Amino acid sequence: MSTSTVSRTPTVAPALPPKRRRSAARSGGFGSTFTVNALLILGCAYMVLPVVWLFFASTKNTADLYGTAAYALGEPAFLENIMAVLNQDGGVFLRWMANSMFYAAFGAILGGLISVMAGYAFDKFQFRGKDSFFGIVLVGVLIPNTATVLPMYLLASVFGITNTMWAILIPVLCNPFGVYLARVYSAAYVPAETLEAARVDGAGPIRSFFSLGLPMMMPGYVTIALFQFVGVWNNFMLPLVMLQDQQLLPVSVGISIWQGYSVPQPEFTPMVITGSLLSIIPLLVAFIMLQRFWKSGLTAGSVK
Amino acid sequence: MVTQAPNTPSAAVKPIPRIPRKPRAMSGTGGRTAALFLTPFFAVFAVAMVAPVIYAMVLSFFAQQKSGLGFGEAKTSFVGLENYLQVLQSETFTGGIGRLALYCLFYIPCMVGGALLFALLMDAAVARARKLFQLLVFLPHAVPGVIAALIWAYLYTPGVSPIVSVLETGGISLNFLDNQMILPSIVNIAVWEWTGYNVIILFTALQAVPREILEAARVDGAGEIRAAISIKLPLILPALSVIMLFTVIGTLQLFTEPSIISKATASVTSTWVPNMWAFDAAFNRHNLNQAAAASIIIALMAAVLSWAVTRFSSRNKA
Repeated sequence: MSTSTVSRTPTVAPALPPKRRRSAARSGGFGSTFTVNALLILGCAYMVLPVVWLFFASTKNTADLYGTAAYALGEPAFLENIMAVLNQDGGVFLRWMANSMFYAAFGAILGGLISVMAGYAFDKFQFRGKDSFFGIVLVGVLIPNTATVLPMYLLASVFGITNTMWAILIPVLCNPFGVYLARVYSAAYVPAETLEAARVDGAGPIRSFFSLGLPMMMPGYVTIALFQFVGVWNNFMLPLVMLQDQQLLPVSVGISIWQGYSVPQPEFTPMVITGSLLSIIPLLVAFIMLQRFWKSGLTAGSVK
Repeated sequence: MVTQAPNTPSAAVKPIPRIPRKPRAMSGTGGRTAALFLTPFFAVFAVAMVAPVIYAMVLSFFAQQKSGLGFGEAKTSFVGLENYLQVLQSETFTGGIGRLALYCLFYIPCMVGGALLFALLMDAAVARARKLFQLLVFLPHAVPGVIAALIWAYLYTPGVSPIVSVLETGGISLNFLDNQMILPSIVNIAVWEWTGYNVIILFTALQAVPREILEAARVDGAGEIRAAISIKLPLILPALSVIMLFTVIGTLQLFTEPSIISKATASVTSTWVPNMWAFDAAFNRHNLNQAAAASIIIALMAAVLSWAVTRFSSRNKA
């Protein structure tokens, strides 16, 4: 069953430098080539098949879901399912998607900029207590998110901002790991000489950040923003705790509510499945388009 | 690649030398400008992390006590460490910690081992189509935890799941959602979500291993497997220890997957892991003070664990 999705892999030309390809041809017999690539295909099948299943399942109605083979197309109910998802409760699903998009984009763009500015300052400026301040950032990286969610809820209820957008929008601006990444990017992308030249020409620090530093760090900004976007889009506990109003929910919490309905009412199941598929499409597209950025982000975070 | 460590001259400079400088040289790189750039971050940090933790600490030392028969206003009184004792003595909480420890015991070797094996396979000279493999293996990370848990919940449900039906035709009947299997089943969800992410990190570290060293090993007669174990592995230990650190912190966050699965099976109770316990304390038992104490305990465990992992891995490096 796996072959349909991954058997095309060998036909794609390997993007290897010529030197390595030559040594590969020399050292690998057919046996080891086969074993290595077979294991890789097996691993990828494990990664890909659940998502493929989601696609097939979304084409079925409730009866077919329980009645037909898993990787067979049922009585095609794909469009029906999509319409059901979109029409449920007066189109609340689209509202959830828009909310997710708004929360994630807000965190990515503004939160990313805040992190980039801080990381840039840690890299380029000299000031007293720099090491201790950076130590605080690192402590922030190490505190698990979920451990601060309930405390945030408790504090937010003091100020009466639970069940409002602010309960989500403020926390998503805080991204200590982004600061760490931004410092690495600033060191790699922005030469001190350029800034010195700008200073000599009379540009103030803010001007030279926005017209020199930030454009030079743009790949880093995009990477940090992308990771923050994904983090916010995937966040579950924070909105679950903070929000009760259905109109404010992000899609992750919304779908989990439908899943709760689907236990006593199986007719909700196709909607849960189709809604899940629709909700991951934006992220899949973003990841495929922005491959270069997430790869560099993962590298920067780990290579010390 | 582009990303060298932050050991550039400017980062290595010790806290400012106290030599009086010309004011012109100070402008633009001094404390005031730095404050301008750092204020937004530290303001958000204070509001979204420091203040909540401090407030939770304060709450955790108090308790709401109803007088007499439970009528009238609840009184708030200082109880010291009473809440902490109650949380730590609660069997459901300690049971959750035990479960989490068991989860780590399954999850960390499976995930890190799997990621390492996959990265080494991709780095092997005979591997093909590396770019495509990288993309496919990373795919699950683009799937939110909620959706991943939902997909797998269906893949564990008899009647819907292709896995269960394949196993049944093979004569094996396995209930993924019963009491024995539920922990490995949830481990599998997390392995699925995180392996690919770490494969990319390890693979990138492997690609940075100087090819001359591997060439030399080959000339000396070392095979691919030998080279992987005695050359590549030691050279990517730093990346491996970073992964360990983030994995350990990550396991303490466990909440989304068991919460979603708990709707599909009774094997996952509402207090299954510490985070769920804290959530339950706040929203079902309405004991905010205990919930605060539990949150602080979880954060402290994270601090101790990450300290231990950094200590351990830096000793390993030396």
